[in-house]
Amino acid sequence: MFEFLDQIFVILRHWLVSFLPAAWQQPAGVVMSVAVIVVLFPALFALTTVFERKGLARIQNRFGPNRTGPFGFFQPVADGIKSLTKEDIVPSSADAAVHFLAPVVLVVAVYMGFAVLPMGRNMVLVDMDAGLLFYFAMGASTELAVFMAGWSSRNKYSLLGAMRAVAQMISYEVVLLLSSVTVVMISGSLSLSKIVEAQNHYTWGLPHWYIFTPWGLAGFVMYAIAATAETNRSPFDLPEGESELVAGYHTEYSGFKFALFFLGEYLAMFSISGLGTTLFLGGWSAPFSWLGWVPSWIWFFSKLMMSIFVFIWMRGTLPRLRQDQLMNFAWKFVLPMCLLNLLVAALWRFLGDGWVKWAVCSGILIVAYVGMGLLEMRRGHIGPRSYRYAE
Amino acid sequence: MSLVFYLIAALVVAGGLAAMMLKNTVHCALAVTVAFAGLALLFLNLDAQFAGFAQILVYIGAVAILVVFAILLTKGSETPKDGVFSQTWLTGLAVASAVFAVLGWAVLQTAPMLPRATATPVVSVQQIGQALIGQYVLPLEIIAVLLTAALIGAVIVAIHEKEGAN
Repeated sequence: MFEFLDQIFVILRHWLVSFLPAAWQQPAGVVMSVAVIVVLFPALFALTTVFERKGLARIQNRFGPNRTGPFGFFQPVADGIKSLTKEDIVPSSADAAVHFLAPVVLVVAVYMGFAVLPMGRNMVLVDMDAGLLFYFAMGASTELAVFMAGWSSRNKYSLLGAMRAVAQMISYEVVLLLSSVTVVMISGSLSLSKIVEAQNHYTWGLPHWYIFTPWGLAGFVMYAIAATAETNRSPFDLPEGESELVAGYHTEYSGFKFALFFLGEYLAMFSISGLGTTLFLGGWSAPFSWLGWVPSWIWFFSKLMMSIFVFIWMRGTLPRLRQDQLMNFAWKFVLPMCLLNLLVAALWRFLGDGWVKWAVCSGILIVAYVGMGLLEMRRGHIGPRSYRYAE
Repeated sequence: MSLVFYLIAALVVAGGLAAMMLKNTVHCALAVTVAFAGLALLFLNLDAQFAGFAQILVYIGAVAILVVFAILLTKGSETPKDGVFSQTWLTGLAVASAVFAVLGWAVLQTAPMLPRATATPVVSVQQIGQALIGQYVLPLEIIAVLLTAALIGAVIVAIHEKEGAN
């Protein structure tokens, strides 16, 4: 019975497709899965906007939207109607073709990333041998869309915002890739479904998720930092900081195109959280072996929404990083830690089983973290906090 | 030569032609990005997954952005006043045709020598990895040294600029 619930979407698709002639069955199945993805994630996006506004509001000690529907749950409907009916203003000196294509390229590139995420047992849209590489290739295409948006608006603020966003995305892309390489090293495959299956084993009831290993925890933290920076979320949202740059690279977009940028940003957040859960948090596998009866897709989406909750929490809590602080952080601190993490993951593989590998790997990472932290603080002349009060 | 190949080839040629004929330099850079994407599709059509995705990741994700930054940070983004085509375009056309003829002749000469009717080899990423570490480890290390030299060079150029500004 629980296997039926676990595979219910696969069985449903199989049943719906069986009504068609045999030659059309496979393309129809693919089209059906694509349609589900295209509809489901924007629905999640609508839900996330409400959570975000209510969550941020509660962190900031106020209510969020509470007029439209019970507890403001119909706010995304109101936002959708507003953005669809707003006038679409394009500056007269803007480059019309590129201005139109930029949000389209962004949303298309972000949607492609969902094709390789394993959302449940046997629920990958395309099970590619080099799935992880495909995901990063699509992520790289989003940078070009951001640049197109900023340049085509013929606006200094947009261009500055786009340059900053692209510089930030390129720097943190290196960190993102390097922290994922450790997972590939240990699991021995670039295919995301194989990576999840490698984590789906249990010892004494506890799972073999990579986050529960020293190199996995360090890798996950760095992946989370890079993911926040890649999607331009706070505290790395200087490119779209409202107090600095009007709205950065999407200043000159109004109405539905702005909604597309917003959608693209949140979809990128979903897809990068999905990849993070697949690589480090075990994908669709349950946290304890006795919880294996719960359907796998419920675990995947719960972990995804937990990551989104952490994103919202970070946005409400941490102040924004300045551009040079952000870049220094990436190149001088996170990148050396990433390279060290590669070494630690290799040591993990070859030190055999037992407590030796845990002690050595954790020791190396902790010493490096504390040591580099102290070094950076001394170089930046950061000491204990001092206060200066008004007389 | 299937229909898919012709479609992708038309996309690549269209991108290349647009990159040559458009007036705005950033438009040309975006058109050459479309040509890169077409090349990646050609790789994927031949079932070379790793090569195709690496092409997208490197060319569209890095080289195209580099080209666009270079155009922006110089004065190349302004459309030239006296047209895009140079005065000596006929000589250029003759030289380009000669190069194309030589390349085409070389490719067509070697085509009959390739073994035919064998099944396309299914090269997995694992085989590529093992080849890189096993048989081709010396080129890999030399490329690593080259990339390190490029990184150090970039840092040195940036450091000099900072000292020059101070």
